[in-house]
Amino acid sequence: MLSGGDILIRSLQEEGVEIIFGYPGGAVLHIYDALFRQNQIKHILVRHEQAATHMADGYARATGRAGVVFVTSGPGSTNAITGIATAYMDSIPMVVVSGQAQTHLIGTDSFQETDMVGISRPIVKHSFLLKSAEEIAEVIKKAFYIATSGRQGPVVVDIPKDITSPTELFPFEYPESISMRSYSPATKGHSGQIKKATAMLLEAERPMIYTGGGVVQGNGSEELIKLTRTLGYPITNTLMGLGGYPGTDKQFLGMLGMHGTFEANNAMHHCDLLLAVGARFDDRVTNTISKFCPYAKIIHVDIDPASISKNVVAHIPIVGPVDVVLKEMNRFAEEGITKRTDRQARLLSEWWDQIDGWRRQDCLRVTTDEGSKVIKPQQVIQAVYKATAGDAYVTSDVGQHQMFAALYYPFTEPRKWINSGGLGTMGFGLPAAMGVQVAFPDETVVCITGDGSIQMNIQELSTCAQYDLPVKIINVNNRALGMVKQWQDMQYEGRHSHTYMDSLPDFVKLVEAYGHVGFAVDNIDELDAVLAETFSLTDKLVFVDVNVDPDEHVYPMFVAPNGSMRDMWLKKGVRT
Amino acid sequence: MRRIISVLMENEAGALSRVVGLFAQRNYNIETLTVAPTEDKTLSRLTLTTTATDQQIEQITKQLNKLIEVVKLVDLTDGDHLERELMLIKLKATGAQRAEIKRTADIFRAQVVDVTQGAYTIQLTGTSDKLDAFLRAIQESTVLEMVRSGVSGLSRGEKVLSSKS
Ligand SMILES: Cc1ncc(C[n+]2csc(CCOP(=O)(O)OP(=O)(O)O)c2C)c(N)n1
Repeated sequence: MLSGGDILIRSLQEEGVEIIFGYPGGAVLHIYDALFRQNQIKHILVRHEQAATHMADGYARATGRAGVVFVTSGPGSTNAITGIATAYMDSIPMVVVSGQAQTHLIGTDSFQETDMVGISRPIVKHSFLLKSAEEIAEVIKKAFYIATSGRQGPVVVDIPKDITSPTELFPFEYPESISMRSYSPATKGHSGQIKKATAMLLEAERPMIYTGGGVVQGNGSEELIKLTRTLGYPITNTLMGLGGYPGTDKQFLGMLGMHGTFEANNAMHHCDLLLAVGARFDDRVTNTISKFCPYAKIIHVDIDPASISKNVVAHIPIVGPVDVVLKEMNRFAEEGITKRTDRQARLLSEWWDQIDGWRRQDCLRVTTDEGSKVIKPQQVIQAVYKATAGDAYVTSDVGQHQMFAALYYPFTEPRKWINSGGLGTMGFGLPAAMGVQVAFPDETVVCITGDGSIQMNIQELSTCAQYDLPVKIINVNNRALGMVKQWQDMQYEGRHSHTYMDSLPDFVKLVEAYGHVGFAVDNIDELDAVLAETFSLTDKLVFVDVNVDPDEHVYPMFVAPNGSMRDMWLKKGVRT
Repeated sequence: MRRIISVLMENEAGALSRVVGLFAQRNYNIETLTVAPTEDKTLSRLTLTTTATDQQIEQITKQLNKLIEVVKLVDLTDGDHLERELMLIKLKATGAQRAEIKRTADIFRAQVVDVTQGAYTIQLTGTSDKLDAFLRAIQESTVLEMVRSGVSGLSRGEKVLSSKS
């Protein structure tokens, strides 16, 4: 016989949970006591609940397992909301256990009471408010099943304090499996549709493959690489999909979208057949929807039926897990490719010639002033790429530095590029990096951040000290909220309304105060040496404050409003 | 186009708020809504009407289906269906008005279910159109109070919405 608190912890153990990110408080005291009395599951005490959710999120993105968070009721729960929304927008599996006021006090505006199920409702895949200790085991089983299956996402389990009380004991049995009559995600795609789609793919004259976070989260990378190579077609990834296809491969055209490459966006615009996999035709990808892919027939593969034909109508919809569907496509494609005609081969090579023409634009070339020692933000990413041999886990915050990281650090494996694409949450980068480092203590984990973003969760430097998390923080410091300032430059005649960070701290001193190592660099000639030293300090958290050119913009950039994907700004004042 | 969507869902606290929340969150509108348990106490049936294009309705039904508590749903307007709404309406009825109201009620096969010196309460069941027609037939100034149940419906024939099929 066990108390509710012990049942919860035992259930999490049965689920194979190894780490919880959390913060205690009144409503979860029983739970924390149960946690104290065991040593199978570790706990990371954060400094702010938002960071706990981002850590769990980073952990989940890197490992593919659900991240787990404990927060108390009231402010603990509301602090977790931004992180839950971040995970929801990017379909990241997470289970958040929140404390709640005692059952008999719910609805009375009692101390630290907040309607967590209500507040989180639009940003969770599902949520539960527990009514009795007997439910705990089954609800936890369901929570993990829902969070990690189908289109993944966060699940909130709200537990009133009385249910976890040590004074009442219940039998414990963890369900081995669970089935729910109202929830059964697709386990395979429709074979007829897949066959038809593959035939269409093989007949295309100007084909294009566009894949998103679904390929990363759905473990579809291997089959995607196989298919792309078999067909010999060009491929682009979304911001969330980077690493799904090796960024260094010659068939890869770079990222697409608002800050996508000239070649990727043009190939999208001109293709006659688009294979979209695990991507959702977000407005940051399509630009003006009525001008999107005007010549293309569209095949859309996704685990979520609601993603298909939501923004752009698919000619061939295929609902199913991307890995399973791509595997089946590969079977048809390998057979079909042997029958490729000379004409088809010629058309494909002409298509590649056209693409190579766009590539010659060399849209990511970094221009520096002769003899200047000023560091360009793009050069920071290039230097980090070199210093880590392109093999690090890289998290980022939100802003120009995020786009530079996406464009200038080619990822060759899935799950190594971790950023908040859907919600665009500043403050994500550092805690996410910590979550990755917890999962992989011996790997190099880099957080690319900006002077604005880093200050949104900078308190976690303290957590890093407590748990010896040697993440490497690269602050691309332009002394401004750069991305917003860029828009003000481009759309508001340079009126920089509240985008300066006039009172930045001395970051080196700040990190030293937390017991970490800090370097500052503002001369391009010194950058490589500083980074080499940074990455040689494998067991230390190192913060590198890189002073960069404050006037740099991210290009290419969509012309908006009313632009198509091929309408881009290529540099200041120069557009297509 | 007007649509009637009938949803079979787990009879659990919070399920209804998820459906309603979904409509608010995704900027769809609900015109009428009714919900009650079914013969199987673990399920409730929710019927709502909305106005949407074909593409919107596809999204609405897909998004509804994604809710974990939704077991099954049908767009009744996709096929032949029965549709009923109940209206109770209290009308000012004095003098010559009394006979006039009674006549109109008879024409619509409505029943007078409560009578006082100054008022009639009338009950009318039918399609929403029929209820609207009744409202047009009586003088607006005589209406003291009214309530409509919102639309309920079933498919015609053998077709059923069930957790088992
Ligand atoms: C929590 C939050 N608030 C506001 C924004 C809007 N926003 C997007 S980018 C940006 C500026 C980011 O500045 P910084 O972190 O210094 O990065 P930079 O663009 O300079 O590289 C802001 C304010 C956001 N994305 N997230």
